[in-house]
Amino acid sequence: MYFDAIAKIISERTGCDVSTIKPESKIFELGIDSLDTVELLMNLEDEIGIEIDLDQKVETVDDLDKFIQSKIQQG
Amino acid sequence: MNENRTLKGKTAIVTGGSRGIGEAVTYKLASLGANIAIIYAGNEEAAKKTSDKCREEFGVEVKTYRLDVSDFSAAKETVSEIKKDFGTVHILINNAGITRDNLLAMMKEEDFDAVLDTNLKGAFNMIRHTAGMFIRNHEGCIINISSVAGLLGNPGQCNYSASKAGLIGLTKSVARELSQKGIRCNAVAPGFIATDMTANQSDNPLLERIPLGRMGSVEDIADAVEYLVFASYVTGEVLKVDGGIAM
Repeated sequence: MYFDAIAKIISERTGCDVSTIKPESKIFELGIDSLDTVELLMNLEDEIGIEIDLDQKVETVDDLDKFIQSKIQQG
Repeated sequence: MNENRTLKGKTAIVTGGSRGIGEAVTYKLASLGANIAIIYAGNEEAAKKTSDKCREEFGVEVKTYRLDVSDFSAAKETVSEIKKDFGTVHILINNAGITRDNLLAMMKEEDFDAVLDTNLKGAFNMIRHTAGMFIRNHEGCIINISSVAGLLGNPGQCNYSASKAGLIGLTKSVARELSQKGIRCNAVAPGFIATDMTANQSDNPLLERIPLGRMGSVEDIADAVEYLVFASYVTGEVLKVDGGIAM
């Protein structure tokens, strides 16, 4: 659901082509470390207009997408 | 004064910012132009007095927030409020602290817990909820007010000493974790500083062993905070301001 927004931010940050980012892509392998993930989420907050607190580790882009969705549902 | 030393446009949170060391730190940062979010535990009158003085004397924006820093979720809400009010935060001074002195053999569990919860967990809570902003800004300065009691120990203060020693470990880990984002974290370790909190220490035999021969003032600590705020190549440091007692 938020895949496109996440992929856009990752590609902006790392300079990689957005089309190379897949849901199953490992965030770390895209050149984003755990601290960068926090930063990425902070930037996503602007993009999607909600506050998300990253309180667990996420491995893939899809994990992050699902994590955000679950946080929004808890809301 | 170096004219480049300005904090104009910056926002600082000072916990326990209405009295004692925190009050002096608040004035110092306000005098340098920073807008201030004062966090106080209960003394609304003192918080109001401190914030009024900042506005009148230094013309900065000041808001006060009542918060028990040991409460994780309440701290989160307060930080969100501060973010709404000020936009973002650049400086965090974890100064809020309490004492519940007693000999270890007589200390109640709740007195140990209360001191650890406010002094140590309170600092964690505040860092935890502001870190996102600092990471995003690629800028942040965190200063934890520790104590020489955390370095030397102090009879009758095992809870306080443990909390202040804990702050030093917290400081160094945070400094290491967040350095890559341009965020610095340091501690100040005051010695005997004349405040309400140390009024019961007047017969402490350690006082006679202060090499500089006197207690420190809250302004001495505020000066150290100012130094660390501008010390762009210093992180993970524990700056003793103690008249030489812990050398």
